[in-house]
Amino acid sequence: MDTFLGRYRNLIVLAAILFAQIVGLAVQVRRPTDQGDTRLIRIWAISAVAPLEKAVVHSQEWVQGLWTNYAYLRGVRRENRELRAEIQQMKIQDARLTEDANMARRVQALLAFKEQYVDSTIAAQVIGTSGSEQSRVLYIDKGSNDGIKPDMAVITPTGIVGKIVQTAPEWSQVLPINDQFSGVGAALKDSRLQGILKGTPSGATTLQYIMSDEKVVPGEQVITSGGDRIFPKGLPVGTVATVAPGKDLFLNIRVIPSSRLDQLEEVLVVTHITEKMPDTKDLGPLRASDILAERLPSVPNKADVDAAGNAKPAGATPAPGTTPAAGAAGAVATTPHPPAGVTTRPATTALGTTKPAAGVANKPAAPGATTANKPAGAATTPRTTAAGAATPTPKPKPAGSAASATSPQTNANGANETASPVKKVIVNNDDTTPAPKKPKPAPEPTPSTTEPPPSTPPSGAQPQP
Amino acid sequence: MSTRVAPFRGSLTSREQVSVFEFSWLAIILIPLVAVLIQVFIPVLIPVKLWFVPIIDLPFLVTIFFATARRNPISGSLTGCFIGLLQDLFAGYNHPLGMYGIALTIVGYLASSLGVKIDVENPGSRFLITFGFFVVEEGVYYGVAHGMLRQALQWSWSHTAISALANAIIGIFVFRFLDRFKQR
Repeated sequence: MDTFLGRYRNLIVLAAILFAQIVGLAVQVRRPTDQGDTRLIRIWAISAVAPLEKAVVHSQEWVQGLWTNYAYLRGVRRENRELRAEIQQMKIQDARLTEDANMARRVQALLAFKEQYVDSTIAAQVIGTSGSEQSRVLYIDKGSNDGIKPDMAVITPTGIVGKIVQTAPEWSQVLPINDQFSGVGAALKDSRLQGILKGTPSGATTLQYIMSDEKVVPGEQVITSGGDRIFPKGLPVGTVATVAPGKDLFLNIRVIPSSRLDQLEEVLVVTHITEKMPDTKDLGPLRASDILAERLPSVPNKADVDAAGNAKPAGATPAPGTTPAAGAAGAVATTPHPPAGVTTRPATTALGTTKPAAGVANKPAAPGATTANKPAGAATTPRTTAAGAATPTPKPKPAGSAASATSPQTNANGANETASPVKKVIVNNDDTTPAPKKPKPAPEPTPSTTEPPPSTPPSGAQPQP
Repeated sequence: MSTRVAPFRGSLTSREQVSVFEFSWLAIILIPLVAVLIQVFIPVLIPVKLWFVPIIDLPFLVTIFFATARRNPISGSLTGCFIGLLQDLFAGYNHPLGMYGIALTIVGYLASSLGVKIDVENPGSRFLITFGFFVVEEGVYYGVAHGMLRQALQWSWSHTAISALANAIIGIFVFRFLDRFKQR
């Protein structure tokens, strides 16, 4: 027996060590939790070296900053000139893009689309990697003490980086998009084809699940699709590098990430994403599409039509808990009932300043909305001046309207506002949904059946918040 | 401290006897620890990003060095296990403890067993040993990940060969540096 143990001692020890590790592996695989059974020992190990690494990284950054910001300033003047020229070019480009963006936001508002906005971010420093080729996780110097939680998106100004997978009080672990266990909902920017961006063992990123009969060209931009509910839609992901036929009828699309994942130093952790309607205030002058939207027939709200079929005058029966809109000079500004599903802009100040009009319902179709600002069907609403001299302003009524109520519109000086499609400055209610602008069609003489709303504030009254 | 002389059993080298080196306990503990820390943090610290930095596997090189220098399969296995588990700790997400541990345990055992039979002091043999055992390590890791854990890893011969080549070249210089810690 002793001879046997002595002869095979090395192999027995090797087998024992391997057996112990295999049992350990089996235990970890058998009881998978969110963070794994080894979470504690990992946290201890990483927490032990994280302060040291933070100190080294930050001191290195300080020395680099000292050199680049104070000592090494060669070529700064030339670079400054070039940047100024670039700013001029970008201003020109910005003007065009702003127009396009405004139009897109108007269309989104018309269709009641909601957008996702990155609301708040935390800047973090990359302090370490996994040290393994099989795993490309990163460590950052911000953790749960800073409000970071798992599944938060990590981005840079140039593109997405990954997501948080594990947090400790002082550090967090990031799973980058080129890790082979990563998956990001992505879409091709031009063709709008959607797929999943996955990493490979070699650290490349591929866009998968795009059918092979689709046409994808190298150079096309890839953006986030928002389908993974981690990254907001539309963030840059990368550029298509190569396209080749893959297995199972799918294309093999290799993507070069927009962020330099091998040169990350500072990243932004998205801590809050809001989903809201696009902001359509200050979008510029009216357009033909807005006028067309105004002329669409609308359906009268039954609650606002009395038994005789006449529309109740606007503001006559304000809903509980609502407040009439008031401009800076106390002008009440309300808008006609829009077509179903189309949101309306809330109010207009007489002074031409964009201010929120409190209590104005922008969503007529929403239950419990302000009935004072929701005249039925063709019943238009009055616009009164600060002086309260509401002069009926003729407005066209859609065909088939139950009542012939019109909206008197006067300006702050008491002069009548002619109902013309002249652009007025629009006031949006911040707590309600922004809406497309409503033009005033050509005047049409109508009887002055509309009374000014009883809730019109006196002259000089401040708008209620 | 002391140099023992192990009996020469093989015929792969012309030397009659091979030297077995000893190391201080401080070096045995600190060198693997520093290697893992450098592996984890060096990609962040170096200002110039070089393409081959991520594929350099310092813990693997240290395992090979200790195993071939001490020429004891048991200590080689234990050293590989220790360094591998240390590397597993930092590997992070979806990486159970023991994957590198198993791979480096086997590498440590084989390298120390081979070190008894061949001369591992000259750069040529070090290059070949490092190249070969890197492929072994990758193969064991792939086998554990794919066979035991059902992880969808992809094996790439070209990538493995390039990584093995880079590690073999770097290994020559690393071994030369670590030779200073040998105690005769």
